[in-house]
Amino acid sequence: MPPQPFRLPQGGRIDRSRSLAFTFNGRRYDGHPGDTLASALLANGVALVARSFKYHRPRGVMSAGAEEACAFVQLGEGARSDPNCRATQIELFDGLTAASLNCWPNVQLDFGVVSDRLHRLLPAGFYYKTFMWPRRGWLTYEKLIRRAAGLGRAPSEPDPDRYEKRFAHADLLIAGGGPAGLAAALAAGRTGARVILADENGEFGGQLLWRDAEIDGEPALRWVERSLAELSSLPEVRLLPRSTVAGYYDHNFLTVLERVTDHLSPFAAPTATPRQRLWKVRARQVVLATGAIERPLVFINNDLPGIMLAGAAQAYIRRHAVRPGGRAVIFTNNDSAYETVAALSEAGVAITAVIDARAGDTAAAEACLRRGIEVLRGHAVIDASGGHALREVTVAPLDGSATALAGAASTLRCDLLCVSGGWSPTVHLFSQSGGKLAFDAASGCFIPGESRQAERSAGAARGSFDLAACLAEGHAAGLAAARAAGFAGPDSPPPQAPAQAMSPIRPLWEVPSPHQGRRDRKFVDLQNDVTAADIALAAREGYRSVEHTKRYTTAGMGVDQGKTGNLNTLAILAGETQGAIPAVGTTTFRPPYTPVTIGALAGRGVGDFYDPVRKTPMSPWHEARGAVFEPVGKWRRPLYYPGPGEGMEAAVRRECLAVRNAVGLCDASTLGKIDIKGRDAVTLLDRVYTNSWGSLAIGRCRYGLMLKDDGMVFDDGVTTRLGERHYLMTTTSGHAEAVFGWLEEWLQCEWLGLDVYLTSVTTHWATAMLAGPRAREVLAAAGTDIDTSRAGSPYMTVREGHVAGIPARLFRVSFTGELSFEINVPARYGLALWETLMAAGAAFGIEPIGTEALHVLRAEKGYIVVGHDTDGTVTPYDLGMGWIVDQKKPDFIGKRGLRRSDLVRTGRRQLVGLLTDDPAQIIPEGSQIVRSGASLAATPVPMLGHVTSSYWSPALQRSIAMALIEGGQDRQGEAVEAVLPDRTLRAVIGTSRFYDPEGVRLHG
Amino acid sequence: MARYSIFSLARHALRHHEDWPRAWRDPQPKPAYDVVIVGGGGHGLATAYYLAKNHGISNVAVLEKGWLGGGNTGRNTTIVRSNYLLPANARFYEHSLKLWEGLSRELNYNVMFSQRGVLNLAHSDAQMDAYARRGNAMRLNGIDAVLLDRDGVRDMVPQLDFSAAARFPIRGGLLQPRGGTARHDAVAWGFARAADARGVDIIQNCEVTGILREGDRVTGVETTRGTIRAGKIGLAVAGHTGHVAAMAGLRLPIESHLLQAAVSEPLKPLLDTVVTSGAAHVYVSQSDKGELVFGGDLDFYNSYAQRGNLPAIASFTTALIALFPGFGRLRLMRHWGGVMDMTMDGSPIIGKTPLRNFYIDGGWCYGGFKATPGSGWVFAHTIANDAPHPLNEAFSLERFASGHVIDERGAGPVPGAH
Repeated sequence: MPPQPFRLPQGGRIDRSRSLAFTFNGRRYDGHPGDTLASALLANGVALVARSFKYHRPRGVMSAGAEEACAFVQLGEGARSDPNCRATQIELFDGLTAASLNCWPNVQLDFGVVSDRLHRLLPAGFYYKTFMWPRRGWLTYEKLIRRAAGLGRAPSEPDPDRYEKRFAHADLLIAGGGPAGLAAALAAGRTGARVILADENGEFGGQLLWRDAEIDGEPALRWVERSLAELSSLPEVRLLPRSTVAGYYDHNFLTVLERVTDHLSPFAAPTATPRQRLWKVRARQVVLATGAIERPLVFINNDLPGIMLAGAAQAYIRRHAVRPGGRAVIFTNNDSAYETVAALSEAGVAITAVIDARAGDTAAAEACLRRGIEVLRGHAVIDASGGHALREVTVAPLDGSATALAGAASTLRCDLLCVSGGWSPTVHLFSQSGGKLAFDAASGCFIPGESRQAERSAGAARGSFDLAACLAEGHAAGLAAARAAGFAGPDSPPPQAPAQAMSPIRPLWEVPSPHQGRRDRKFVDLQNDVTAADIALAAREGYRSVEHTKRYTTAGMGVDQGKTGNLNTLAILAGETQGAIPAVGTTTFRPPYTPVTIGALAGRGVGDFYDPVRKTPMSPWHEARGAVFEPVGKWRRPLYYPGPGEGMEAAVRRECLAVRNAVGLCDASTLGKIDIKGRDAVTLLDRVYTNSWGSLAIGRCRYGLMLKDDGMVFDDGVTTRLGERHYLMTTTSGHAEAVFGWLEEWLQCEWLGLDVYLTSVTTHWATAMLAGPRAREVLAAAGTDIDTSRAGSPYMTVREGHVAGIPARLFRVSFTGELSFEINVPARYGLALWETLMAAGAAFGIEPIGTEALHVLRAEKGYIVVGHDTDGTVTPYDLGMGWIVDQKKPDFIGKRGLRRSDLVRTGRRQLVGLLTDDPAQIIPEGSQIVRSGASLAATPVPMLGHVTSSYWSPALQRSIAMALIEGGQDRQGEAVEAVLPDRTLRAVIGTSRFYDPEGVRLHG
Repeated sequence: MARYSIFSLARHALRHHEDWPRAWRDPQPKPAYDVVIVGGGGHGLATAYYLAKNHGISNVAVLEKGWLGGGNTGRNTTIVRSNYLLPANARFYEHSLKLWEGLSRELNYNVMFSQRGVLNLAHSDAQMDAYARRGNAMRLNGIDAVLLDRDGVRDMVPQLDFSAAARFPIRGGLLQPRGGTARHDAVAWGFARAADARGVDIIQNCEVTGILREGDRVTGVETTRGTIRAGKIGLAVAGHTGHVAAMAGLRLPIESHLLQAAVSEPLKPLLDTVVTSGAAHVYVSQSDKGELVFGGDLDFYNSYAQRGNLPAIASFTTALIALFPGFGRLRLMRHWGGVMDMTMDGSPIIGKTPLRNFYIDGGWCYGGFKATPGSGWVFAHTIANDAPHPLNEAFSLERFASGHVIDERGAGPVPGAH
C-alpha cells in the first residue's frame, strides 16, 4: 500500500512539506503537521482503531472532536503513558506512539469479543439479576468483571511532568473560538475590555476551519486570520488555544485547562514549560460560544468502523485533506449533511446515494439531484454490515410517522456512511452554571434557558446554527457583556455572512426495525455499548426517571459523558414512556466538560511543595546531629538523637537520665505562641480558659485549660502576663492554628465588643528548653544578665534580658518536673542560642532531648498531653483537674456544657496511673482495659477504658502507664487487665504522679 | 415478585427480555396509610421494607420528591464498614454490616457488596496508637480488625508512596477486611423492589410540602400530589432533615454542609481495596467499572446546593497525588456534590421526637450509606413499637441536651468539624 493512500493531493490545513512518523499498535505510519492521530490513521487507511467497552465490538473514528465515543487509545509509553485519549483530539507529533485499548491479544483478534456473542445474556443491568450465588460468590465474579471492565492502563510510575495553576481576572471569558466566539471577542475587545478567548483546539475558527463559507465577502478563513491578527494586537485580549473551559462554578469562577505541550513530542517540549496549566478565571461576564455537537442516528449496527458523523467527514476532507472513504452513503434528517455531500464530491469520493429521512422536497436535495447524486427521500438506513469495516448498508422507506417501514429494503455498497441526526447545542457549561435547559421543538434539541449567572450563550451553543446568526449573536453577546462589565468603548459593525435558507429537520430518534421485536442492536451510547433495546428494557422495568435510565443502562456515563448519545437516549426513553422529551428532562451535566488531568488540579502542589514541612531555626543542627524526626502537625520534630550504634530505646533512656541527673536541651520552638494585647485581654482569657486570670501579676505565668463549648478539653498551655494589657499565650504544637482560629472566631463572630488583638508569633520566636538540675549552671556558663536564682526567677515567672548576648525572654516553667528554663529569642538567633547552650553545657553533661524523652519525662510526672491522653471526650474532672475549673466565674466556654447530666454522672472514664505487675512489661499504647478475669471468648467484651500513655521510666526503672478508666479515681488499687492481641497484662490502678509527687525538684 | 437469577436471565434472553415485569409499581397515592415514610432514598426504602417484613406493617407509603435514590444514596462513594471505636457506633454499624453480608440474597437483587477491605493509613506513631486503640476495641466488640505495619500496607497497596521523601510516611494502617464497597443505586432499587413486593406503595415525584399536626401529634402530610393522612410519619430525607423537620415545627441540632466527590476515567484494575488517610484528608477506591472514586473534606460552608467549588476538589486531588504519585497523570472525569446533615457530635439521630407519631432518621453526616440496612432495621422497629431498638437507643435526639454524645472523632460540638 502506498504511504497515506487516503491523503488528498491538495487542500487542507496540513503541512505536506514535513512528515511526522508515528506508531500505532506497533506499526509505523506517517502523517503531517496539522493532523490529529485520527486524521493520520484515516489517511493511512486504518479503519479499526478500538474495541468497545462492554462487547468489544470493532470501532473506528466516529467524530472529529471532544465528542468522540469510540476512537480511544493509550498514548505514549512508560511514565508518560496516557490512558483513554481521544484520537480525534491528539495533535500528531513526530515519534508519537499509541495503541488500542481494551483488547487482547490485539485490536484485530480480540478474545473479549466473546461478550458480544453472549450479548443476549448481558442486557442492561444484567449484573443486578445474577451473580448472587453462592453467598460470597460476588467477590469471585467481581474479579472477572473488573478485569473485563476499565479501559486504559494507568502508568505505574510517578508522572515526570510539571503542571501549573494560574489565576486570571477577566471582564469577559469566552468559551469557544468559532465564528460566534471570535465575533464576541472582537466586539468586546474593541471596547477595551479584558477578554480571554479559550478554544480547545490548536487553531481558532471552529467549524470555519472546514466549512465552505464566506464572511464579509471573503473566504471565512481569511476573516478568521484577520480577526486573530486584530485580537492579537489588542493589549487586553488573551488568546488561549488548546484550552478547554472545563468547569463553571459559582460567582462566575471557571477553570480552563490549557494543554501547553501535549501537541509536542515529550522530547521536544521545552523543559521550562509546564505540560498543562490550569487557569482559574474569575470573569465579570461569560460568553458561551461552545458550538454544537452532531447527533448520530440510531439504526442496526450503527457502530461499525466507517460510520462517521457527517460534519466530521467534512472536517477530515477540508481540514486534514483526508478522504475518509472510497464510496460513501450519506444518511441525514436535516440540511447540514449536504455540505458533506459537496465536500465528498470535491474529494473524489464516489457517492452512492443520499438517504434523507425527510419525505418532502428540499432545496438541498434538489441541488444534489441536479448534480446527478441520487437522493432517496423519506428513506432511512436501517442496517449496516461489515466486519472490521463497513461493507454495505440496507435502506428502506419510512412511513409517515417514522416509526415503521413503508416498503421493501435494498442494499447499497459503501465503505463510508456519513450520518447526521441534527445538532445538539453544547450546553454543558451553561448547565454547570446552574441554568436550566429548554427544549426547542423546531430544531429538536435542548437550548439554554434563563441565565443564572452573568453569562450569555451565542451561536450554535444556543441553537442558532446558521452562520449569519452565529456571527450576529456572537457580536451582540460580546458587546453586551463588555457593556455590562462597564466598557463604553465603540461599537463596530458585526461581521456579515449570507443567510442560509434551511429546511426543517425531521426528528428521527430511532430508525424503525425491519422485524418485530427487540432483537436488533442499535447503539445509543457507543462508548458504553448501550442500545435502544437497553433503554426500552429500563423503561419496561420501571427505571423511567431519566436518572434511573442513565444509571441502570450506564448511558452517558462513559469517558465521553454522553456527548453524542444524550439526546437520543432521552428521546427514545420519551418514546417508551409515551411522554414528551421535555417532560423526560435531562440529566445534570457535571464538571468538567472533558476530563481534566488530576496533576493539573494539583499544580505545583506536589512533592516538596505539597503541604510544605515547617522547620525551626535549629533544624540544621538536628539534622547534622543525625536526629530521627517525627511529624507533629506540619512540623517535623526530633524524636530522639541516636548515639553511635544506639537504638531508640537506649537513646531515649540516655536523654531522660540526662534531664533527671544533669541537664538536657529541647527544641520547643514549635509550641504555639499567640501575642494578646488590648484593654480586654484578661476578659478573653477568663472566657476561654477554665480558671481565673484577673489576679495574674505582670511577669507571672499561669497554666490554663481550654474547653470546647461541650465542656471537653481542647487545648492547654502556659500564658504569661508581659505587661499591663499584654499577654503571651502558648498552645500545644499541634493545635496552634486551631487555637488561633478558635479565638479569632469568638472575637470576630461573637464578642465583637472586646478590645483584643491577637498575633500569631509562633515562628517569631525560637524556644530552647533547658531542663535539669544543672540548668542554672549552663545558663551562667552561656552568660546571662538575668538573675536566675530561686529568688530572682521563681517558678512560673518570666524575666527579660540577655542569654549569651542575645535578647531573650526567660520563662521559668517546667514540663519535665525538673528545674527548667524556656528561653525565647528572636527566631534568627535560634540556632546561635542553641549552639552556645550546647557548648556551654558540655561541661555539665548536656544532651539534646527529643520529643519521645520529653513524653516520658512528663508522663513520669503525670502531666497530660492534650490529644494523647485526651480525645475530645474528656472533661477536666475526668483528668482529675477539677482544681483548675473556676465555677464561680460568670462564664467560660464549656461551663454550660460541663453541667449536662452525662458530664456529671459517676462512672465516667477518668485518668489514672497503671502499674503492671511485671515491671519489665510495657503495655502498648491504645490497649483496651478489661476487668481482671474477664472472659474474652464472648464478644462484645465490656471494656473499662484504654491506655493513653505508656513508657519505660528510666528514673523509676520500671514501666509506667496512664489510662482512662471507668470510675478510675474510685478504683485505686484495683487490678485490671490490658488486652494485647495475643495475651493480657495484669496491672494495678494507682496515681499517675509516678515521680517526685511532691513537686520538689521543679523549684530547683 | 419475579425472581432474578441466572436462569431467569437466560429464560428472558430467549424472549429478548421483552417480558421483564416492572421492578416496582407506580401507584397513585392513597388518601391514608398506617405509616408514611418521607424520603425515597436507601434509608426510607429500607425502613419500609423492614416495616413490612419484620413488623407486618405493609400499609406504608414511601414519598419521594424526585426519583428513588436521587439524594445522597446516589451521590455517595459507596463505602461500607463498621470500624468504629465507640460502643454505640460499633454495635450499630456491625449489625448493619452483617445485614449487608446477606443483602443481595435477602433482596434478590445484586447490590454488589464487595468485601475488599477498608484500610485507614497511619502516618505517625500517634496515629498508630490511635488505630491500635480502635482496632483493639473493635476486636473486643467482635468486629474484624487488623493492625498492619508498613510492610503489611505495602503488600496490599504497593502504589502508595513508600519513598523516603513521602510527605505522609506510611507507618502502617488499620484494616477492616470485611469492609468494602457496594453499588449504591442497586441498594435503593433492591429495597424498592422488595418493599413493593410486600405491598409498600413507592410514590415518586411526590414532594412533601407540609406536615399536618394536631396538638403534639402529627397526622399526615401535604404533598404536591395532595393530602395524605398517616398514622405515623418517619423522616428519612438525608441532607434535608432540618428543612423537612421544620415543617413540623421542629428545630434540630443540624447544619447542612456540602461534600464533593469525583471519579476518574475508567481504568484497568489498579487498586483492590478502599484506602483512606485522615491526615491527608482523602480516600479512594476503584469501582467495578474501573473508575477511581475519591473525595475528601467538606467544602466548609453551609449550603443546600448540590454542587461545590474548586478548592475542595483541588485539595483532595492534591492529597491523592501525595499518597499515590502515580495517579497524577490520570484524569478526573466527573465531580459532584451532595448535602450532608451534620450533627453536633458526628453521629446520627434515629428515634422519637417531641411530637407523637413523628420519627426521625437523619443527621448522617457523611456516613449514611453504610448504615442503610441497619438504619432501616432499627428505624422500622422504632416506628412499629414507638420505642427505639436497643441498637439505636443511644442515637436519641435528647443526647445533645444530656451530653451523652457519641463523638467518635472528639471534634466537639462543631458540625463542620466531624
